[in-house]
Amino acid sequence: MTRHTLSVLVEDKPGVLARVAGLFSRRGFNIESLAVGRTEHPDISRMTIVVSVDELPLEQVTKQLNKLINVIKIVELEPAASVQRQLLLVKVRADATVRSQVLETVQLFRAKVVDVSPEAVTVEATGTSEKLDALLRMLEPYGLREIVQSGMVAIGRGARSITATAVR
Amino acid sequence: MTSATSRPAPGESSSPRPGPRPKPAPPSGAPIRVTGAQSLVRSLEAVGCEVVFGIPGGTILPAYDPLLDSTKVRHILVRHEQGAGHAATGYAQATGKVGVCMATSGPGATNLVTPLADANMDSVPVVAITGQQSRPLIGTDAFQEADICGITMPITKHNFLVTDAADIPRAVAEAFHLASTGRPGPVLVDIPKDVLQEMTSFSWPPELRLPGYRPTTRPHGKQVREAAKLIAAARRPVLYVGGGVIKAEASAELLELAESTGIPVVTTLMARGAFPDSHPQHLGMPGMHGTVSAVAAMQKSDLLIALGARFDDRVTGQLSTFAPDAQVVHADIDPAEISKNRRADVPIVGDCKEIISELVDAVRAEKENAARTVDLAPWWEQLDALRETFPLGYDWPEDGTLSPQYAIERIGALTPPDTLFTAGVGQHQMWAAQFVKYERPRTWINSGGLGTMGYAVPAAMGAKAGVPDVQVWAIDGDGCFQMTNQELATCAIEGIPIKVAVINNGNLGMVRQWQTLFYGERYSSTDLGTHKHRIPDFKLLAEAMGCAGLRAESREEVDAVIQQAMEINDRPVVIDFVVGKDAQVWPMVAAGTGNSEIMAARGIRPLFDEDE
Repeated sequence: MTRHTLSVLVEDKPGVLARVAGLFSRRGFNIESLAVGRTEHPDISRMTIVVSVDELPLEQVTKQLNKLINVIKIVELEPAASVQRQLLLVKVRADATVRSQVLETVQLFRAKVVDVSPEAVTVEATGTSEKLDALLRMLEPYGLREIVQSGMVAIGRGARSITATAVR
Repeated sequence: MTSATSRPAPGESSSPRPGPRPKPAPPSGAPIRVTGAQSLVRSLEAVGCEVVFGIPGGTILPAYDPLLDSTKVRHILVRHEQGAGHAATGYAQATGKVGVCMATSGPGATNLVTPLADANMDSVPVVAITGQQSRPLIGTDAFQEADICGITMPITKHNFLVTDAADIPRAVAEAFHLASTGRPGPVLVDIPKDVLQEMTSFSWPPELRLPGYRPTTRPHGKQVREAAKLIAAARRPVLYVGGGVIKAEASAELLELAESTGIPVVTTLMARGAFPDSHPQHLGMPGMHGTVSAVAAMQKSDLLIALGARFDDRVTGQLSTFAPDAQVVHADIDPAEISKNRRADVPIVGDCKEIISELVDAVRAEKENAARTVDLAPWWEQLDALRETFPLGYDWPEDGTLSPQYAIERIGALTPPDTLFTAGVGQHQMWAAQFVKYERPRTWINSGGLGTMGYAVPAAMGAKAGVPDVQVWAIDGDGCFQMTNQELATCAIEGIPIKVAVINNGNLGMVRQWQTLFYGERYSSTDLGTHKHRIPDFKLLAEAMGCAGLRAESREEVDAVIQQAMEINDRPVVIDFVVGKDAQVWPMVAAGTGNSEIMAARGIRPLFDEDE
């Protein structure tokens, strides 16, 4: 099974998320990550869905998604031809004895500290899921008190816009 | 048609009334002030809805008030919302128009779930209108509140919760458009009570806003030519015809394609009637209870030309051993069906009518250019031999009871060729598919995909309401009949004289057949006691509901009772055919096995044995 990133343009209407999520679950597909947000068009939202499936089931899930009336367009974004980012907030145990080491790791990953207390720092990082996994591995020895991650968002490289062609 | 609730004809109601002269009607399209409920009824009239099957209740009540005044929309008050839903399906399949059902919120709406799931599986254009609790109460577990949009999300093509009365015309127009175009299906429109009550403006036609809905109807020319190449070169081709051909009204095109190519035709359970049963190129129905020749043709084929069919498991049997040597041309309006179960070598997305007529020309052009034409005679020799050796047939029960197949066969033989049949689900359904001969489309209506027991009576009611001049017969089982026969009261009161043949074997026959074959004849909970105790007595039950009740228990009585039924046209008729419980449906491909293991009768495996 391989990972695929689908950008799904949908009408901004109540229940659209439930339709998409319900379709994945009843057809037996597992969503690894999902992010929804507004676009430059007021009536259109964009979902970025990461799924692990083989080529043929992916074709089937894409076709089934396309059948949803509120789905306007689906584009698969190849990792090489797109920018993919996830947001991570993590609370790391860091008292005075290890704080400098933690901060060094944070800098290496171009992450930043957004909150600090005598026992812990909260780190904000963005990147691909691989980069965030690597950061978490480096921070783990100090003690990870709390982790929260966003879904992946992705956008194609270059000047072309997938929303522009969808709303002609 | 006699009807206890019939309204005066339009001419009668136009008598001059005292009082101020009515205002002239506003020009078409100009907005007028109405309530949400009036807007709903006007929208239904504008979209061409003639019949609504439904039951009023708390939240849908506002809609029923203007419905009383409508001269264009006839409301048929059913006895259970499930009946309304199946009636809408029957109406839609008999007429090709959109069937409409209406129910109140909560239990009214949830009672529509089964018919909506049924319509979804069989791609039937149906619009369901449901009342909903008033907007401020939604989400508070109010009386008769159910999230019907959430509940029906997986079993409808689409659904709407209308939160602004101004949106009603557009929601209705979009619902009808979605239901009837592309791959047809059910659409539900849920309207809160206070939306029905508030004042709004109505204008028609509304603008449709469906940016994500663009069904492909025109096939791709290159794909059609690719398909034509395969068709012209195939030595053992089969036209695998599904229900999509009937929905696309493509029977004439199919006949032309079949006759111009000489290719054998099989029609699935959903496609019975798409191609005349009397045609020499017709091998019958494929699948679990298909004919040996139809199943064998597909198994041995080198090219399956699937037209509006979906490679359902009841047709393919074990998928891995299905038609092992065949390439596949798959034509369907739903791209998601193509290569879903079986990989297509040539996919064609589009409307079957357009695809088939383009295929006719493309195959002709291909044959004219080909160096030599393929002779299908050896293929036909094989198929004819199978057809002659293993025709459809049945044995009379050894215990002297009436053969259910005989009763069904005689109904088919004695009724006029345009007679419309519906069926429930089970043995009687399979026999009705096998032993009634269908010559034209829309004469066979059944629950194929969902397999909904109890479908026959309400579907027949809906069909008869749509085509009142045609004889409509419901072939039903005694198990099915006891699920939905309350609609006979509706039929009797509303003047819908359907005929119901209850093939009464006293048992849940298909389950019993499987218990006989696969569970060591241990009959767990399949005896309904209909025979032992004659409870209910279907003859008396029919009469209690305002129908004529007849009964046949022997071969001699069958023809007479059918004739008698055909002569009664002022009320519905129920015939209780008391038949033996041991009759079985053959041929059969046991569930989970490959189609090559089809048994013509118990223990006789024509294709399997041949390979040994």
